[in-house]
Amino acid sequence: MIEQIREKVLAGKRLDRAEGRWLLTDAPLLEVGVVAAEARYARHPEKVVTFVIDSNPNYTNVCITDCQFCAFYRKPGDPEAYTLTVDEVLAKIEFAASRGATTVLLQGGHNPALPLDYYTTLVSETRRRFPQVTPHFFTASEIRTVAEVSHLTVSEVLDRLYEAGQRTLPGGGAEVLSAKVRRRIEPKKGGPETWLDVHRQAHRRGFKSTATMMYGHVEDTEDLLDHLDSIRELQDLFGGFTAFVPWSFKPNNTLLEKWIKHAKGPNMYLRMLAVSRLYLDNFPHIQASWFSEGKRTGQIALHFGADDWGGTLLEENVHKAAAFVNTIGVDEIVTLIREAGFTPAQRTTEYEILKRY
Amino acid sequence: MRFADERLIPIWEKVQHQQRLTRDDGLLLFDTSDVLGLGRMADHVKSGREGDRVYFVLNRYISPTNVCVLSCSFCGFARKKGEAGAFEYSVEDIIGMVSDEVREVHIVGGHHPDWPFEYYERVIAGLHAARPGVQIKAFTAAEIDYFWRRWKVEPREALTRLKAAGLQTMPGGGAEIFSSRLAKELRYAGKADGDRWCEIHGIAHSLGIRTNATMLYGHVETAAERVDHLLRLRAQQDASGGFLTFIALPYQVGATSLVPRSAPPAENLRTIAAARLLLDNFPHIEAYWVLLGEETASIALHFGADDVNGTLEDERVQHMAGAQTPAGLARAQLLRIIRDAGKIPVERDALYNVLRVWEREGAAA
Repeated sequence: MIEQIREKVLAGKRLDRAEGRWLLTDAPLLEVGVVAAEARYARHPEKVVTFVIDSNPNYTNVCITDCQFCAFYRKPGDPEAYTLTVDEVLAKIEFAASRGATTVLLQGGHNPALPLDYYTTLVSETRRRFPQVTPHFFTASEIRTVAEVSHLTVSEVLDRLYEAGQRTLPGGGAEVLSAKVRRRIEPKKGGPETWLDVHRQAHRRGFKSTATMMYGHVEDTEDLLDHLDSIRELQDLFGGFTAFVPWSFKPNNTLLEKWIKHAKGPNMYLRMLAVSRLYLDNFPHIQASWFSEGKRTGQIALHFGADDWGGTLLEENVHKAAAFVNTIGVDEIVTLIREAGFTPAQRTTEYEILKRY
Repeated sequence: MRFADERLIPIWEKVQHQQRLTRDDGLLLFDTSDVLGLGRMADHVKSGREGDRVYFVLNRYISPTNVCVLSCSFCGFARKKGEAGAFEYSVEDIIGMVSDEVREVHIVGGHHPDWPFEYYERVIAGLHAARPGVQIKAFTAAEIDYFWRRWKVEPREALTRLKAAGLQTMPGGGAEIFSSRLAKELRYAGKADGDRWCEIHGIAHSLGIRTNATMLYGHVETAAERVDHLLRLRAQQDASGGFLTFIALPYQVGATSLVPRSAPPAENLRTIAAARLLLDNFPHIEAYWVLLGEETASIALHFGADDVNGTLEDERVQHMAGAQTPAGLARAQLLRIIRDAGKIPVERDALYNVLRVWEREGAAA
């Protein structure tokens, strides 16, 4: 079976669902890794691993969506709820810029109190004051919230953000793109189409974005395949996804903790990465998440098909709320990538190489 | 099987036909960048021997003392007598540390300047009498050699008396790297050298005492020194046959720093896989989670390892040297490390008798 899959992948043929299922469940892990590494070198022949200097601040933790996997949000009126002013957010971006960041991934809760011009001003002011920083702002569900609050369509909100200078969207909020899973863990966020539709419209408008996946909670293999199928299908339309970024769910301080005590371990993670490299034949980049899976697993993941190390995450609050903390500097990233046998290269949000080390 | 590094193909031929690997083969295993290729060969050997089984034991580590006459450069554990942080436990202290749940106790300590051999004999006899259900694994070959250097008790006599007192198996520590160059450079020349270390294990085997073997790597040794170390162990196993498990010990940068950083995870996986392939006469290869970290230990179960050691209620020696894994994982965590890799956890005793096969749980990884 693995030989048949290898031949298909190297001939540029698409894997079908049965093959995906076998890879996710029964295939020997290292066999999957070896073929994924071959597919990675077929696409990126150089032994270069990219990373980005970035920061993930948040503008609000106020949220009305009550997702069961989230330890970050607070309901409106909660004593720990906060919403930053435009100036306060810009101060965070200034901090990131002063530390060399070229990407700021800004996201927050679904806060119905914020008007459209709050969002567009954040984008235009970031562009004006920090031209070296790409505003990688607002996940699909935030854009949907803005649309509802301001009585516009998603497409109109995307137009306004584009006019303000935004060109990329982060891929968060996908969780697992399966109707069954989303009903269970995030009933107020809507089905898979709510996420897919925003990205579809964004790609059509000329935005680039990433696709993420948070696995290791209530999903089964079919749900994971639904997720991979739907982003692969969308990518065929416009090619707007730059990268796929999977990570494992961290249960601490979430409502799901009662049922799911522990995060999935490194073996499932390596398998997920390797399978995504093989199955997502139209995705240029597969990102290894040192942040969520640990630096050691991140290093090993570079041998399982990943070609990107993610970012420095100068600021991060969402995992921190789940009692999960991990930090890194550029020097350490460079050392870890080299130690794993690759040449480190700093990239932009859109994966253009800025500097080789 | 296809290899990214085609130089591995002749080695794979030998592995499939269960032919012994040469020194040159060993050097290649440490040179190739095809770590996954290496892992698949090692996994083939491991699976052929053990299927999906991975062993663990409920155990307890005890160091009677950290007072040591030696000053090995890689050690963050040893103290001089009277120095801050030095400790010396009595027989009663040690018995008090061992609960009835524990299956195996692992006793290793410093080379104490004053304690007579009879003290060690009393530790074993006292523990054995108080906790007869607990198997005692005690004293490295370096300590047994020290009983000769300090008290002129011959290894055969020492081991005979310790066995009579209740000692069941011997740990594999104190081997470091068999290299006179490194023994001088890292100041462990005052310790049993490779020949002496192997001689003592041979004596233990002849007395019916099963033992383990280790290699301390990831400091300033060369690949050739690693290979020669492993081949020396293989030769000893051919001669005396009593080794149960090989444990690769990655050097920990912390209290001492012979190199800027500890070996990266792929190097640890490589070493475990190479050991599985070269040590064709060793029943078991361990992924020692305390030093590897839980993540790498779990992944190593696809790279030839069939054992994760144990619950280790205390692990002072490596912990004081800066190992960051919290000492004392509960059994549930060991089960998770094993099951995450899609393997079947098997609870064992010191001699690898199976106590319980834990079912698979949930989806394979």
